[in-house]
Amino acid sequence: MSGSAVVSLSNVTKAFGGGVTALQSIDLEVQPGEFVSLIGPSGCGKSTLLRIVGDLVEPTSGDVVVNGKSARQARLDREYGIVFQDSVLYDWRTVSKNIGLPLELLGWDRSKRADRVREMLELVELQGFGDHRPWQLSGGMQQRVSIARALSFSPALLLMDEPFGALDEMTRERLNAEVLRIWARSRSTVLFVTHSIPEAVFLSTRVVVMSRRPGRIAAIVDVDLAQPRGADTREDARFFELVTEVRDRLREGGLDADRTAPGEGELVVGGETP
Amino acid sequence: MAYAATARGRSKLPDAERVRTAAVRVGLFLAVLAGLSGLWEGFRAFAEATGLRLGLFEANDRTMPHIHDIVGQLFEPSRRNGPLLIDVLWDAALFTAKEAAVGLVLGALFGFALGVLLAHSGLLQRGLLPYVVASQTVPILAVAPMVVVWGNPRLPPGLRDWGAVAVISAYLTFFPVTINTLRGLTSVDPRTIDLMRSYAASWWSVLWKLRVPAALPFIFAALKIAAPASVVGAIIGELPASIQSGLGGAILNFNQYYITSPPSLWATNLIAALLGITFFLTVVAAERVLVRRAPEHFA
Amino acid sequence: MTTPGLVEPLPPGFLNRFGRGLRDWVPAVLVFVLGILFWEALVRGLEIQNFLLPAPSDIVETLWVERDQLWTAASITFREALGGWIIGCSLGFLAALVLARWRLLSTALMPYAVAAGAIPIVAFAPITNNWFGVTGLTSKVVIAAVLCFFPVMVNTLKGLTSVPASAIELMHSYAAGEFTILRRVRLPNALPYVFTGLKVGTVLAMIGAIVGDYFGGASGSLGVQIQRWTGIFAFEEAWAGIVVASVIGILFYGSVALAERRVMAWHPSLRGGRPE
Repeated sequence: MSGSAVVSLSNVTKAFGGGVTALQSIDLEVQPGEFVSLIGPSGCGKSTLLRIVGDLVEPTSGDVVVNGKSARQARLDREYGIVFQDSVLYDWRTVSKNIGLPLELLGWDRSKRADRVREMLELVELQGFGDHRPWQLSGGMQQRVSIARALSFSPALLLMDEPFGALDEMTRERLNAEVLRIWARSRSTVLFVTHSIPEAVFLSTRVVVMSRRPGRIAAIVDVDLAQPRGADTREDARFFELVTEVRDRLREGGLDADRTAPGEGELVVGGETP
Repeated sequence: MAYAATARGRSKLPDAERVRTAAVRVGLFLAVLAGLSGLWEGFRAFAEATGLRLGLFEANDRTMPHIHDIVGQLFEPSRRNGPLLIDVLWDAALFTAKEAAVGLVLGALFGFALGVLLAHSGLLQRGLLPYVVASQTVPILAVAPMVVVWGNPRLPPGLRDWGAVAVISAYLTFFPVTINTLRGLTSVDPRTIDLMRSYAASWWSVLWKLRVPAALPFIFAALKIAAPASVVGAIIGELPASIQSGLGGAILNFNQYYITSPPSLWATNLIAALLGITFFLTVVAAERVLVRRAPEHFA
Repeated sequence: MTTPGLVEPLPPGFLNRFGRGLRDWVPAVLVFVLGILFWEALVRGLEIQNFLLPAPSDIVETLWVERDQLWTAASITFREALGGWIIGCSLGFLAALVLARWRLLSTALMPYAVAAGAIPIVAFAPITNNWFGVTGLTSKVVIAAVLCFFPVMVNTLKGLTSVPASAIELMHSYAAGEFTILRRVRLPNALPYVFTGLKVGTVLAMIGAIVGDYFGGASGSLGVQIQRWTGIFAFEEAWAGIVVASVIGILFYGSVALAERRVMAWHPSLRGGRPE
C-alpha cells in the first residue's frame, strides 16, 4: 500500500439495518491525478461508497484513508469537493454566492473570494451569470455552477455522484468534455459515480465495476485511451472495445455476484474476500 | 394490483411490532397529557410560592383552577337541582357540532366550486382572488348579528337560529378550500394533461379523472384547517345571535358566573377544545380512507 | 380567517402574483367598482331595510362623519392585534427553533401541536379577560398572541425540517456545524413557510382582538364600538366599523406580504416579477 494514495479503502463493509449488506470488503486505492469511475447496477452501493469516502456515511467496518488522514479528519480539513446528481444550489443565493459558499465557510475575505469566484466562473464558462439566480439557469448550467463550487477551494479530491444523470445526452457529452478539461487544468483527483458505460470509459483512467447484493468490486478496467480526449475519442475502436469490456464485466457481476471474474487483458481483479 | 399489493404488505407487518407501535403511541399520548397537566399545576404552584404577578395576572383558584377541579366540575350539577354539567355541555356540543358540520359542508362545497371556477379562468382569478383573500379580513363576529336578523325570518322554522350560524361557519371554512382546490387543480403535471388530450378526453373527464384526484391531497389539507375553523365559526356565530343552546351560549353564560365558579367556564372550554379536535381528527380519518398515497414501490 | 394549524403552506408568492402591471389590476378594480355599484343599486332599488345593509354611499358618509371615533377605535384594536401578533409570532418561531434542534422530540410532538391548532382558541377570550383585566389591552394581546403562535410554529418547524437531504450533506462535506447549517440552509429554506405563518397570523390577530373586545374590551375599541352600535341599531355606524376593521386587516396582511416579496426576491415563485 503506497502512502501517497489520495483515497485508500481497505476491507470496507457497510451494513444497513435489517440485515442489508450494501458494501462488502471493498479494497481500492486511488492515486493522485487519477480519474476513477464507479459503475454498477442500482443498489450496488456505489453512491454509498462515495459517501463513505466523503465521511457522509460511516462504514460498518474497514479503514478509509483520504490524503493520509482519516475520512473524518479529511472532511474537517475540507480535503474534498462534492457534486451531487441534483446541483443542490441554494435558491436564496446568486450563482456567485453559491460558488463562494465554501470559501465563506473557510473564512476567506471578500476580495479574495470575489477573485476566486470570477476564476471559477471562467473555468466553467459562465462569465456574466454571476448575478443570476440558480433557477434562471438551465440544468446543465446549474451543474456547472455546482462543479465550480466544488472546485472553488482547490480540494485535492473531487467526489462526483452521478452529476450528469439527470441531463440530456447532448448536454451530458458536452459536460463530459468540460469535466476532462477542468480535470486536466486543476490536476485534481476525481472519484466519479455513474450509470453510463460510455461516460465512465470516456472520462476515466480506471473504471471500477461493481456488482450488487452485496455490493462489491467485480472488476477494475484500466482505460488506456490517449489524453487529451475529445470528440474523436468516442469514434476510436479502442473506445468501443473498452465499452464492450466494461459491459461484459457488468453482466458477469450482475448475473452472478459471487463469481469472481478471471483476469484477462487489462482486467484487474478487485481484492474481494474469498 | 398495486393497491392490493400494498394492502397485503401492510397486513404482513408482524403483530408484535404493531402492538409495540400502538403502545408507544398510547404512552406518548399519556406522557403529553401528563406533561401539560404538570406544566399547568407546576406553574401555578411556582407562581403562588413566589408571588409571581404578570400585569394583573395572579395565579390562584380563580385564574388557574386545579385540573381535578375542572374535570370534577363536569360531574357536578350545572345549577341547583339541575342536570350534571357534562350532560348540559354534551347537548350544547351536539348542537354546535350540528351547526359546524352543516357549515363545513356548505363552506367546503362552495369553496370547491369556487376553486374549480377560478382554476379554469385566469381572468376570474385576477378579478376575484384578491377579494377571496380580503373576505377573510371582515370581522365576521361583527357581521353575525346582521346575518341572524336578516336570515331568521327567511329560514324555515326548523333552520331558524342555527341555520344562520351555519352560514357564518361556512364563511370561515370556504377560504382554505378554495385556495387549496385552486392550487391542487393547477398543480397537475402538464404531461398528464397531454395524455388526456391524446385520448380526446372532454373537459369534464379531465376535471374528474385527472385534476380532482390530483387535487384531493390539497383539498384534504384545506379541510384539516376548515373543520376546526367551522367549530370556531359556530361558536362565535352563536355569541351575538344570542343562541343559548350551543357551546357559544354556554361560554357566554358561564363567563357571567366566572367569579363564583371558574371551573365551569374552563370545563366548557375543555369540551369546545375536544369538539375542535374531534372535527380535525374526523377529517384526518376520512383522508386515510379516501386518499391513497402513492405506494412505496413507486418511489 | 381562522386557520388553526396551517399544515400545507401556500407556495410563497402564490397570492402575490397580483399587482404586477396594469393587466393584473384591471379585472380586480373592475370587480370592485361593479360590486359597489351593484350593492348601491340593490339597496336603493329593493329598498332593503337600511339597518341590515346600508348603501355604500351611506357607509362612506358615516365613515367621514364618525372619523374621529373610528380612528381612535381602530388604533386601539390595531395595537391589540399588532402586539399579539409580534409576541405570538416570535414565540412560535422560537419554539420551532427549539423543537427543530431535537428532531425526535419534534416528530413526536408535531401531531399534538397540529391538533392543538384545532382548539377553538377564541373561546378562551373570556378567560384571558379574567386573567389580565377586561378593560386593558393585555387580555386581547394575549389571545391574539396565542392564536398566532400555532400556525407560525407549525409552519416554521416544517420549513426548518423539510430541507433536502443533499443540501445538508453538502454542508457536512464542508464540515459545517449545526449552527452554520441552521443559519445558511435551514433558516433560508424555512422563510417561505415562516411568511405563510406570519400572513395567517395577521388575520388571526385581528380576529383575536375583535373577539376579545366582544367579551368586554377597552371602551372605545373597534369590537366594543361595533357591538354597541349594533345594540342601538346604528347599523350605518356598525358597518362603517366593519369596513374599518377589514381595511386594517387588509393593510396588515398586505404589508406582511410586501415584506415577504422584499425579503424573498430570490424565490423562484417570484421569477415573473424579476427582470432578466
